[in-house]
Amino acid sequence: MVETIKEAKYTNEHEWVRVEGELAVIGITAYAAEQLGDITYVELPAIGAELEQMGELGVIESVKAAADFYSPLKGVVAEANEALADDPGIINRDCYGQGWLVKLKDYESQGLDNLMDAAAYEVFVGGL
Amino acid sequence: MDFMPHTDQDRRAMLAEIGLGSLAELFESIPPGLRARSWDLAPGLSEPEVSRRLQELAGLNARGLTCFLGAGFYDHFIPAAVDALLSRGEFYTAYTPYQAETSQGTLQSIYEYQTAICRLTGLEAANASLYDGGTALFEAAMMAVRRTRRRKLLVGASVNPIYRAMLRTYTANLDLEVVEAEVLDRGSLDGLIDDKTAGLILQNPDFFGRVHDLGPCFAKAAEHKALAIMSCYPLALGLFKSPGEMGADIALGEGQSLGLPLSFGGPYLGFMAVKKDLIRAMPGRVVGRTVDGQGRVGYCLTLQTREQHIRREKATSNICTNQALCALAALIYLSLLGETGLKEVAELNLAKAAYARQRLAALPGLRLVDEGPWFNEFRVELPQEAEPIVARLLEKGLAAGLPLGRYYPGQERNLLVAVTEKRTRAEIDRLAEALEALS
Repeated sequence: MVETIKEAKYTNEHEWVRVEGELAVIGITAYAAEQLGDITYVELPAIGAELEQMGELGVIESVKAAADFYSPLKGVVAEANEALADDPGIINRDCYGQGWLVKLKDYESQGLDNLMDAAAYEVFVGGL
Repeated sequence: MDFMPHTDQDRRAMLAEIGLGSLAELFESIPPGLRARSWDLAPGLSEPEVSRRLQELAGLNARGLTCFLGAGFYDHFIPAAVDALLSRGEFYTAYTPYQAETSQGTLQSIYEYQTAICRLTGLEAANASLYDGGTALFEAAMMAVRRTRRRKLLVGASVNPIYRAMLRTYTANLDLEVVEAEVLDRGSLDGLIDDKTAGLILQNPDFFGRVHDLGPCFAKAAEHKALAIMSCYPLALGLFKSPGEMGADIALGEGQSLGLPLSFGGPYLGFMAVKKDLIRAMPGRVVGRTVDGQGRVGYCLTLQTREQHIRREKATSNICTNQALCALAALIYLSLLGETGLKEVAELNLAKAAYARQRLAALPGLRLVDEGPWFNEFRVELPQEAEPIVARLLEKGLAAGLPLGRYYPGQERNLLVAVTEKRTRAEIDRLAEALEALS
């Protein structure tokens, strides 16, 4: 069974988003990280970039593939995880914690209603 | 029977699909002068006839000219060993093999080429080569645009005008602002460079042969977080400060001077080297060295996916091939010369150009336009327009240089003269005497 966290919501492109006060923290799921294999590079958006819900947020490259990742919510990029530049493998080790990708501010919280909760996402992945 | 790729019916169906009535209508957007006049080819020739015909055509080329023509492509001596090694069957292909890792020798040669380019430019990473200096300059400009997410490029007016024309063509339909301006020192950047500038593109030695320390200009670019891009003449790097020492983020140039013959249309060689943090923004391929499970050294295509494989539509650039054979020629040339040899060749160029400058400056009515420092090329102002004088010197077997009026209006009397290590004192004297006779 795929590992999830209860407090996050999920997209069908395998991103998660968790609200932390003023910020919405975004990462990729354990399922995505496992499918990609060892991650070698992450291209992150510029601070201040304005994104639509499911707009392109960046690119993740692994030893097997390169994949775009998308913004689960409409919002503005407040922070990008600088630590990934030196050690993108953090995502493989701790995708729901230290391996976060981007934090959004001024996000549209009603967008959360379009996303899956952990249970629904587990069912979704189970059907893949 | 003639080869029939498609029937009249096929053609009608295809034209109908795109809403056209005839083939002529399809080709209407091509100017008439550029359309094929006739498809009635001459009858076929036998092999001896073809051979004779091609020799006749080749005979129309000017031969044995004494070359003082440079302007980005130079008449340097090429040791016979370059061609002898290059034409070995194991090497003789222009391409990186598609099953790259099964061709360890090819990958090793590319890796060593990259290493040589890094040492020459004083930068940390080089790609496996690009088409030529001009395309390399365009690719560097686009790297700056992608990296900074800005849309303005500032280009020195004394960057090779052919490269600038290529840059304008390639960027004509992109949402970019290309500003060309004379940039001679840090102060001349005031009011030109700003926080919207993606990259500052300068050349050293510049198109007029002047040598600069671009460090202060590049420092100013860094203050505005614009990338510093330097087009350079690789042979001159044997003698002068490297792009890395001047603070360039990207160095590029034409590699022809490293063991490749002068030839109209090439093939030539674009080289590029960057600071480490720009590796992934760099187009083309990068070969890396690693060890296998048993600790043996092996080579692999470390970066290539962006162009040809898993990223396709998101590729960094449209360049996915390289000039492997030309890059190998450059590597062999540099290996034969070594660090000391390269410096000596560069010193010979400098010394011979110094003699030519002194010789030409002494002629009545001739004037050196620039004080120096220079490398192997310089501007000389003639008493009359340069174009007809150059034409008359050609009849005497002298390619005297480039009439600068062709690219720089107002410089009709200026001649750009290049003097490589191949030019003898007697040849330089002959140029001086011929110029004196015509002036």
